[in-house]
Amino acid sequence: MEIITKSKARRNRHNIKKEQDTLSHPLQFYKIPPSDTISLQKFEEYAIERLKVLKAVENAGVKFIKGTQNYKDHLEKEIRKTHFKGILRVPFIEVLDLVRSRKVYLVDGYAFVPRDDMISILLTHYRAHLSHSLAITCRALPHLEEDDRLLPMLCGLSKRYIGEDYGNKKSTVGEITADMIDMLSKQSFPLCMQQLHQSLRQNHHLRHGGRQQYGLFLKGIGLSLEEALKFWKNEFTKAIDGDKFDKQYSYNIRHNYGKEGKRADYTPYSCVKIIMSNPPGPGDFHGCPFKHTDPDLLAQKLRSMSLSKDAVDSVVNYAKEGHYQVACQHYFAVTHSNFEDDININHPNGYFEESRRFLNPDKGNMNKSQLGTPRTNRNPVKMEGTPISQLASQTQPSQDSTVGDFDDMGDNDLMDIAMETDAESDKKSS
Amino acid sequence: MSETYDPSSLPDLLPIYYKKLFPYGPYYRWLNYGGVPKTYFNHREFSFTLKDDVYIRYQSFSDQQELEKEIQRRCPYKIDIGAVFSHRPKDHKTVKAAAFHAQEKELVFDIDMTDYDDVRNCCSGADICSKCWPLMKIAIQIIDRALREDFGFQHLLWVYSGRRGIHCWVCDDIARKLSQNGRSAIAEYLSVVKGGEHQTRKVTLDDIIHPSIRKSLDIVEKAFKDYAVDKQDFLGNEERQTKLSEDFKSGSNSKVWWAIIQKREKDIREKKKYKDCQNVTREIMLQYCYPRLDVNVSTGVNHLLKSPFCVHPKTGRICVPIDPEKVDEFDPEDVPLISQLIEELNKTDSTDDTSKRGKDYKRTSLSSCVQVFENFLKKLENSWKGKLQEQSDLKMEF
Repeated sequence: MEIITKSKARRNRHNIKKEQDTLSHPLQFYKIPPSDTISLQKFEEYAIERLKVLKAVENAGVKFIKGTQNYKDHLEKEIRKTHFKGILRVPFIEVLDLVRSRKVYLVDGYAFVPRDDMISILLTHYRAHLSHSLAITCRALPHLEEDDRLLPMLCGLSKRYIGEDYGNKKSTVGEITADMIDMLSKQSFPLCMQQLHQSLRQNHHLRHGGRQQYGLFLKGIGLSLEEALKFWKNEFTKAIDGDKFDKQYSYNIRHNYGKEGKRADYTPYSCVKIIMSNPPGPGDFHGCPFKHTDPDLLAQKLRSMSLSKDAVDSVVNYAKEGHYQVACQHYFAVTHSNFEDDININHPNGYFEESRRFLNPDKGNMNKSQLGTPRTNRNPVKMEGTPISQLASQTQPSQDSTVGDFDDMGDNDLMDIAMETDAESDKKSS
Repeated sequence: MSETYDPSSLPDLLPIYYKKLFPYGPYYRWLNYGGVPKTYFNHREFSFTLKDDVYIRYQSFSDQQELEKEIQRRCPYKIDIGAVFSHRPKDHKTVKAAAFHAQEKELVFDIDMTDYDDVRNCCSGADICSKCWPLMKIAIQIIDRALREDFGFQHLLWVYSGRRGIHCWVCDDIARKLSQNGRSAIAEYLSVVKGGEHQTRKVTLDDIIHPSIRKSLDIVEKAFKDYAVDKQDFLGNEERQTKLSEDFKSGSNSKVWWAIIQKREKDIREKKKYKDCQNVTREIMLQYCYPRLDVNVSTGVNHLLKSPFCVHPKTGRICVPIDPEKVDEFDPEDVPLISQLIEELNKTDSTDDTSKRGKDYKRTSLSSCVQVFENFLKKLENSWKGKLQEQSDLKMEF
């Protein structure tokens, strides 16, 4: 198996074609998994390699539009093998993603699928297979608990390369109080959160999507439950009375902090989640400003923050081309005295921490419990010979964080686990 | 007949309503789905909201009798229907959390007038009136057509939510078995108005308009002038004009403006300029009138939704089924109030004592509402009768 080094993965962003042949192997996709004995160390190596590849694919997706020619050719060849020609009539359930985007003609429950879109049928089957396998894996996990070497490692893996989930940041809880938020929002909040903050201050209200996105972010920067209740109540009670607030909204806030319902400790939303799911509708202020704002309005907004014309143009251009996170990184750079390090913004809380670190460089290095949070999880993990015990202590697996992770996985059987509490919270808020 | 309702009288009225009027029979026949499979009804979650917002989830009942008994004992202010679970919901604490999961539920849609606040000028929030109710009619027509013609669903139960919105329960076998992904795909297929407060243009049509949207447009076009121009005067002042577009800075009334926009579009189309603008009037019409679904409600298999025949505690109106074919005749102002029904009952009680218990609603204005429900139920029952027949035929062959 070819191991893809970091430099290669980086090159990969710029040259997908060349890497394709090598990528198909290390991804280790199989319908029937190998059942041979494997050493723990080997297993870990493979797992890390796979994560690197997935990360590289993810990065490539950020920088490029999906589907290079090579990629398409290969798929087309595969589809040809299935002898389909022209237009195919299938039950709509087989091509849900085409239905979702209204790319098929539907009559009486049947979709008429043009040849170019037949990949969708394959995709559905692949997704169903993957989902099924994940469900089986999930059910198998409890059996692994007996092996205290494997499980902590598995739980820690995702965090080490994909990034933190900003869920269990106990070290900063209590550092931030409600009265600091105005100041912090101007200094260090990403644009999405500034926007929510302003709307909240203006309207003394946010709809459910906004409360979730903003509330969990605030939790992630270290606002305690008590302070969060104080913060929201202060603002909402400018428009409604305190009694109504306690009845309608405080449940949801406590729920987000794991104090109600099934007591899951919810993690703040990542950029991917904000960009990909639950787009804002009329009356909503949540979402990603680089995706969910008209370019003209975005430009106007940025100009009003007295950014230079060049800066505004380049941020808006990135946004227009669909590179929302790059636009955000650029926005970070121009609002932080042309910050030069190459940073990757993939989480609003990551943005916040980078900003705090930039503004208070001493605090961050000297004292872990200051605003700049420790970056233990971000340090490149030394692969060879890291004792398992050490890995275990780095990452405390808990059921709560598992729920959060599954929540981000998109559509599959596992979603049911997370949905129960979501549904409950929806009900309470309506 | 009194047309008033006092919310504080609800605790006195509910016991009578649940004892004499709630149509348990048809209600059970619906949710039992012909007993296929046998556990369908008793694995179904109900949740009750009691007085003072006390909320109890995971109720379940083995049969109609138990359901009746519990509803009459608790007199819930609100009943929600949830999913059919892998185990009896009332036993959920005795099974492992991972094993207890929602398996099936009707595909549901929730359309709420509050989501139209940016395009109605008569009311806002929970209020509705005859000037904005046409939005709900348009919504029923569009969604009902698409679900039947595009997706092939047949068993749609439309219900008035008692105050400001409507619900739709799609009860076909395929719909009940849909995955979360399937539900959200359908909800998104049916969603056209998109974009938050930072996007002014909320509808963008492709050059070639999807046939389903075209059919929706037919419905909207018929209703638009009456609703937006006459009832809402949607371009009646500067604020409304700027909301539609920054281009309009001054003007007189909606009629003039609407004519200007239509003419401008025609000009543009004839000159074959501005490809981007060719659907501008269509987009405006959709932005103002196209149904706005709460996608989250539709997506979750175990999302709870208020049950038909509940009483809305604030308005006192019964959540009655709506016949989609007679949507023009439906007026929320005419929906029976619980106080009114009980008065009607009292009037006939002394004179006619022969009617059977449980059929008391026939003596009130709830009767025609239950009839709408019965009509829906009859078709549904025919569908599983066919299926039972098939099954027994198969058995005979062996």
